Amino acid sequence: MLMINIGGALLIAAIIYWFWLYKPEQTQSEDNKVTIVVDNGVYKPGHIKVAANKEVVLTFDRKDSAPCAETVVFPQLDISKTLAMGDGNTVKLPALEAGEYDFHCQMQMYKGKLVAQ
Amino acid sequence: MTTNTKDTAQNFIIEGANCGSCVAKIEKALNSVQGAQNVEMNFAERTVRVEGKADESTLIKAVENIGYSAKPMSNESDQDALDEKAKSDEAHYKKLMRNMILALGVGAPLMIYGLIFDMSVTTDTQRIAWFLVGIVTLVVMAISGKQFYNGAWQAFKNHAANMDTLIALGTGTAWLYSMFVVIAPNLLPQVARHVYFEASSMIIGLISLGLAFEVKARGRTSQAIKRLIGLQPKTARVIRGGEEQDIDISDVVKNDEVRVRPGEKIPVDGDVIEGSSTVDESMLTGEPMAVRKKTGDKVVAGSINKSGTLLFKATHIGSETTLANIINMVKRAQNSKPSIGRLADVISGIFVPTVMIIAVLAGLAWLNFGPEPSIAYAVVAVTTVLIIACPCALGLATPMSVMVGIGKAAESGILIRNGESLQTTSKITTMILDKTGTITQGTPQVTDVVTFNNSDENTVMQLVASLESSSEHPLAEAITAYAKKQGLTLSKVADFDAITGKGVAGSVDGQTLLFGNKALMDKYDVAVDDATEQAQTLASDAKTPMYFASNNKLQAIIAVADPIKEDSVEAIKRLQDKGIHLVMLTGDNKATAQAVAKQVGIDDFIAEVMPDDKVNEVTKRQANGEIVGMTGDGINDAPALAQADVGFAIGTGTDVAIESADITLMRGSLHGLADAIAVSNATISNIKQNLFGAFIYNVAGIPIAAGVLYPFFGILLNPVVAGAAMALSSLTVVSNANRLRFFKPNKS
Repeated sequence: MLMINIGGALLIAAIIYWFWLYKPEQTQSEDNKVTIVVDNGVYKPGHIKVAANKEVVLTFDRKDSAPCAETVVFPQLDISKTLAMGDGNTVKLPALEAGEYDFHCQMQMYKGKLVAQ
Repeated sequence: MTTNTKDTAQNFIIEGANCGSCVAKIEKALNSVQGAQNVEMNFAERTVRVEGKADESTLIKAVENIGYSAKPMSNESDQDALDEKAKSDEAHYKKLMRNMILALGVGAPLMIYGLIFDMSVTTDTQRIAWFLVGIVTLVVMAISGKQFYNGAWQAFKNHAANMDTLIALGTGTAWLYSMFVVIAPNLLPQVARHVYFEASSMIIGLISLGLAFEVKARGRTSQAIKRLIGLQPKTARVIRGGEEQDIDISDVVKNDEVRVRPGEKIPVDGDVIEGSSTVDESMLTGEPMAVRKKTGDKVVAGSINKSGTLLFKATHIGSETTLANIINMVKRAQNSKPSIGRLADVISGIFVPTVMIIAVLAGLAWLNFGPEPSIAYAVVAVTTVLIIACPCALGLATPMSVMVGIGKAAESGILIRNGESLQTTSKITTMILDKTGTITQGTPQVTDVVTFNNSDENTVMQLVASLESSSEHPLAEAITAYAKKQGLTLSKVADFDAITGKGVAGSVDGQTLLFGNKALMDKYDVAVDDATEQAQTLASDAKTPMYFASNNKLQAIIAVADPIKEDSVEAIKRLQDKGIHLVMLTGDNKATAQAVAKQVGIDDFIAEVMPDDKVNEVTKRQANGEIVGMTGDGINDAPALAQADVGFAIGTGTDVAIESADITLMRGSLHGLADAIAVSNATISNIKQNLFGAFIYNVAGIPIAAGVLYPFFGILLNPVVAGAAMALSSLTVVSNANRLRFFKPNKS
């Protein structure tokens, strides 16, 4: 029983580490133009480094027909876009001040982050 | 790149063009391509339009040869995008239904068997039979539940967790435990040798069914925007080179002459150059009365030409039309969130891992303290907790209602900038109304002509109008309009003089004429004692009396007033019934202000307000803790509209500047204001219901699933029930939001 309890505690620790503490690798964008694939519940790439104070052009390639994938929201920038299927969804963001900017679907199941530096 | 020759205009997005001089270079390069005509580049948008029969790939190459790149721009209209969305929704719906049928087809018989017989593993025959059932279940999970497992795995790899994660873990736990029972029953106590294969299939089936219904219901939430997009005709009849031709709407250019026959929709915005007709603009403005249009009037895309044929010159095309602006604004607003949903966002952000931790804790609790067979109880509790938790309901609560509410408002000619404006509108305690143009019509009219000294009304008006035709004062317009209506011919005026703050003077046919206020009469020693009483009566009725004298003898008093809009009184009553304190502001004198305020039933009014003071008035009320709404015409009142918690720009028809306020009322009536508040209230309470429901569902559902009721009542939920509850909860949220579609703002 002790083993089971220790196992359970380790499992909880693993959940906390994997989903909350882990700092994901960031994709560096060269020219502030990034194509993001929307599929199977995730944005790929989901963590993107961009240059600050320069316009950012994101192209969303939506492959997932689930309605959840339909809208992408940039809450801090008050920008949102309904994504059509395919790669024709361009979102232009104004030059960003240095900082972190989230983007997610309406239900926050799809999540991503832009880091402007 | 495929070779593609088109006979219509082609549009390209140009990349790498950073200077104005690039424009000439690119245009030149494209013009040199065989078949290309009328190349026109829009530098601001970095787009270029090429007419004629040029080959697409040759055009692109021509641009690339001079060091830029060109990408064909899709001519896809909003309508096409909608059709495509409808198609993809339909395909998704069908796929979910197929998944549902397979999963329930296997799950339901198993569940019925389990209700009648016992699904435990005791004999070797049972082991073989259950093993086969387990394999069939696995196939069902792989086919019907593919998207959940795929999604969960992709999310896991990216350190993310979502609804798929919970479903995959829940159904996976049930299946793995069951398979373990079948393969190694001896490792478990006799009472724990129970299989739960039916749960995995049933859960996948029920959730697929819920999602399928949700796809349908979600489609309905965007009905308002669909209706707006549907207003845009696909073709236009233009006159080019003296010939009428039907062309695609995207090929219409500015200054094209467009003809619309009765019953047809107006394709682009323009100015009427010939003909007259009545036009129904109700879908855009919410104004039910058709509007008369004649030469010089503006027509807008999406309105319906009712009676006559109109010829007009296109002024705004494509994305510049009023309709396109409305669609854009509504789309943007529908995707924005009011702050009321912020807590739900924070929670849904950490929801899934939290539920996973709760599931582990529940499992441990059963193993440590549960009755035998504790392992079986633990498996049921873990599965049920994972399945019953519904982050979707929480996440959908706000956006679905905002989507429907803002769309509903747009149908009544109320354009709401974003979710936040919607929320603040529902909290307004004080509404400041500008008098002129908001409560009143904004265009002064002659209401009374009182003659003295045996003068004749027509003669008087003919002379006054002649004199005023040289004046630029707003009241002069009322006089000349009146004379025109009476069919009076004006005379030539000599020695015209405008005396600031007093009136005007001049002479016609040798008569010296004076027209203005009492100060003007006093200046020229005109006796007005006989008329003083009448002038006072007129003033107390919110009319502005003006004196007219000929050869220093009083001839008439002419009263001009800005009439109160027909429905202002009723609309003001509606606002007051909602408990909103109304304040009227006006630059007019106190007597006029008082008279208007009294007529419409407003107690609180401030007269002789300078434009700058309007802002101060808003600030002052805000300092007293009031949530202040300001309603004005959007142009003169812009600073006050911006300062107010919510600024309402009120306009007549489609003239109003859409971008000028938090909320734009396309209809001139104050009922629009009351409607806007009614819709906001209804939407916010709908969001509250949704959030409350979603919170309660999760807050109550998860502990019950974990088994907190078991020690007291012996209740432990079946995983299948959890699956059904989960599917129902998000469907309920979307359906409740859809209820808003039937809300009638004018009935509340």
